[in-house]
Amino acid sequence: MPTKTEKELYQGKPTTGHEWDGIRELDTPLPKWWVYVLYASIAWAVVYFILYPSVPWFTGYFKGVLGWNSRAEVAEKIDEAKRGQSRYLDRIKTQSADEIRREPDLLNFALAGGKAAFADNCAPCHGAGGAGTKGFPSLADDLWIWGGKLADIEQTLRFGIRSGHEKARSSQMPAYGTDGALKPDQIGDVAEYVLSLTGRSADKAAAERGAKIFAEEDKCISCHGKDGVGKADLGAPPLNTRIFLYGGSKAEIVRQVTKPQHGVMPAWAGRLDDETIKMLTLYVHALGGGK
Amino acid sequence: MQLAGTLGSAQTAAGAGERVAYDYGVVRLFTIATVFWGVAAFLAGVYIALQLAFPVLNLDFEFTSFGRLRPLHTSAAVFAFGGNALFATSLYVVQRTCRAPLWGGPAAAEFLFWGYQLFIVMAATGYVLGITQGREYAEPEWYVDIWLTLVWVLYFAIFVGTIVRRNEPHIYVANWFFLAFIITVAVLHLGNNLAVPVSLLGAKSYSVFSGVQDALTQWWYGHNAVGFFLTAGFLGIMYYFVPKRADRPIYSYRLSIVHFWSLIFLYIWAGPHHLHYTALPDWAQSLGMMFSVMLWMPSWGGMINGLMTLSGAWDKLRTDPVLRFMVASVGFYGMSTFEGPVMSIKAVNALSHYTDWTVGHVHSGALGWVAFISFGAVYFLVPKLWGKRELWSLKLVSYHFWISTIGIVLYITAMWVSGIMQGLMWRAYDKLGFLQYSFAETVAAMHPYYVIRAMGGVLFLLGALIMIYNLVKTVRAGEPAREEAPAPAPAAA
Repeated sequence: MPTKTEKELYQGKPTTGHEWDGIRELDTPLPKWWVYVLYASIAWAVVYFILYPSVPWFTGYFKGVLGWNSRAEVAEKIDEAKRGQSRYLDRIKTQSADEIRREPDLLNFALAGGKAAFADNCAPCHGAGGAGTKGFPSLADDLWIWGGKLADIEQTLRFGIRSGHEKARSSQMPAYGTDGALKPDQIGDVAEYVLSLTGRSADKAAAERGAKIFAEEDKCISCHGKDGVGKADLGAPPLNTRIFLYGGSKAEIVRQVTKPQHGVMPAWAGRLDDETIKMLTLYVHALGGGK
Repeated sequence: MQLAGTLGSAQTAAGAGERVAYDYGVVRLFTIATVFWGVAAFLAGVYIALQLAFPVLNLDFEFTSFGRLRPLHTSAAVFAFGGNALFATSLYVVQRTCRAPLWGGPAAAEFLFWGYQLFIVMAATGYVLGITQGREYAEPEWYVDIWLTLVWVLYFAIFVGTIVRRNEPHIYVANWFFLAFIITVAVLHLGNNLAVPVSLLGAKSYSVFSGVQDALTQWWYGHNAVGFFLTAGFLGIMYYFVPKRADRPIYSYRLSIVHFWSLIFLYIWAGPHHLHYTALPDWAQSLGMMFSVMLWMPSWGGMINGLMTLSGAWDKLRTDPVLRFMVASVGFYGMSTFEGPVMSIKAVNALSHYTDWTVGHVHSGALGWVAFISFGAVYFLVPKLWGKRELWSLKLVSYHFWISTIGIVLYITAMWVSGIMQGLMWRAYDKLGFLQYSFAETVAAMHPYYVIRAMGGVLFLLGALIMIYNLVKTVRAGEPAREEAPAPAPAAA
C-alpha cells in the first residue's frame, strides 16, 4: 500500500498531502490555547484526585488528603439543621397543641413547620392551602365534619378517617335507595327538603313531604340533627350550609342519599413524627375557622 | 414513482483514473428512513412535551401515558433518527473516502437496512405495550438486544470490510470516528444488556447486575451512548460534510489526531457524573467528575476543526443555508460540550441534577448538534443520491434553518430558566429551617416554561416538515445533474 505523500501547499499553507474524495488536510499545529487549557484541566484533575477520594485499589481506595467524604458531609448538615430547630422541637415534643398555641414564638414555628408538612403530605388531596375539592373537604372554612377543636383535628390527623386504624374515626350513612328503605320519589322529596334548608327549594309541597321523612326516628334526623345542623361526633355534616362534600345540586343529593360515598383519610401516626402532627394540627386549625 | 424507481440501483462514479461502482441504493434507503423517523421522533417529542404542560393529554390510557411514550420519543430520536443518519452517512462516506464499494455487496447492505428497521419497530412496539428493561436509552428487552447485536456485527463487517479494501493509502479521519462509534457502541450494548431472560417465550429478563453496580453499568452505558453514538459518530459526519460543502481543507490534521484519541480515552470514564451524591462511592464520583472536566478540550478539538475549516470561506454562510446548518450545529456542539463538563462539577450538579436543566442540556446537543448536522448532511446527500444538480429550493432550507433555530432557542432557554428555578425552589429553606416550597408548587411554577418548550418543539417539527417537502420536490422535480450521478462520469484527470 503506498504511504509516501508529498507535502503540498493550499493557498500558501502546508498540507499533509493526503486527499480523500477531494478533501485535503492542512498541517496546522495544535492551537496553543487549546493545549494549555487541556494541560490546565489535567493539572486540576491531578490536584483534585490528591485532595479528594479518588483512586481505588483492591481493599479500598485513596481517601484524599482533605479526608472529605459525602456521607460525613450530609450527616453533618442534617445535624446542623436539627440543632437549628431543636430549641423549638424539644418544646413541641413535651407540650400539647393547646399549650403551644399560647406561646407566640412556638406557635409561629409550628405554623411554619405545619405549612411545609401540609404542602407535601396533605395538599395532594385537600389542595394548596387546604382549599379542598369535591370529595376532599375544604380545611379553610369553618365547617368541620369531625370537629374543629385542636384535639379533634389532632385525632383526625393521627388516626385518620375509615383508615383501618383501630382508633380511626368511622361512620357510615345507610344507602337508603339501594337498601330499599326509601323509594326514589321519597328520596327526591328528602333532597327537596335539604335544598329548602339552604333556601333553594323550588317545590314547597315536596319539601314538606321530605321534612316528614327526614324527621322520622331512624332516618336523617338521628345523625344530621333537627333542621340538619349536623353532629361532629358522628361525622355527620351539617346540611343547612351550602357546603356539600359530594356536591349540593338536587341530583347530587339524591345520589348521596341513594348510595352514599364515604371518603377515607389515612392515619398519619407512624408516618409523620409526633412533632410534625402537632404542627400540622395547629396549621390546619389556623387555616380557616378552628374552633 | 421516481422515488422508488431509483432505489437499490448501484451507480458508477469516477475515482482518480478509475471507476468505482458505489452502492448508493442503501444510502438512499437510510436517508429516507432518517427523515421519516426524524419526523416521528419530533412528533412524539412535541406530544410528550404537551403532556407535561397539559397532563390531560395522557388520555387516561396506559398506552398513551407519558411513561410509555417518553422512551418512544428518546429511542426514535437517538436510535431511529440518529441511527439511520449515521448509517446513511457512514456508508456513503466510507465508500467515497476509501474509493471502494461496500464490502458484502448490496444484498448485505439491504439486509442491514431492513434488520435495523425491524429493531426499531420491535423496540417501539415493546415500549407502548409496557415491555421494558427500565434502563434509560437501553429499554428494549433481551430478544430485541440479541437481534440488534446480529445487525450490528453485520454493520461492523461491512464498514471494516470496505476500509480494508480501500484504494487510498490512508484512512480518513471521519472513518476513525465512525469506527470508534461502531466498536464502542457494540461494547456498551453487550455490557449493559447482560441479562437473564425469565423464559425463552417471555419478554421479561433480569439484569445480571444489582444495586449500585447496576446503576454504574447503566450510566457507563448511558453516558457513552451520548459520547460515542451522538458525539463520535456525528463528528464523523462533520469531518466529511463540512469540508466537502465548504470546499475547504480540514483545518488541522494534528488536532484531529490528538482530539480523537483524547476524546476516545477520556469519554469512557465520565459516566459516574450521572450518579453524583448517590450510593456510588466517592472515589468513583471524583473520577467521573474530573474525567468530564478533562474532556472539555478534546471535545472542543472537533469544534475548532469544524469552524476553522471555514476560514477563508465564511462568506459562503450568507449564500448557503446548508452550510449554515452545519456551522450552527458545530456551534451548538461547542456549547453543549462546555455545558456538560460544567454540569459534571459536583457543586453545579447539586443544583442541576434531576431538574429540567439536564433536559435542556440534552436537547441543545440533540436538536442543535445531532439534528442540525444530520439536516446538513441530508440536504447535501439527497441531490447527489438522486442525481440532481442542487436542492429544489435553498430558500426553503433557509426557512427551515431559522424556524428550527428559533425552536431550539425557545426550548433550551425555557429549560434553563425552569431547571434552575426548579433546583433553587427544591433547596430553598425558610428562616426557621423548613422547606420553602412543596414539590407540587415547583411543578406548578414550571407550567409556563413547559408551554414555551412545547412551542419550541412545534417550530422544530414545522422546520422538519418544510425539509420533507423540499426533499420530495428535489427528488421529483429537481434539475438533473449534468456531469455527476446518475450517468457515469468520465475519469478525472
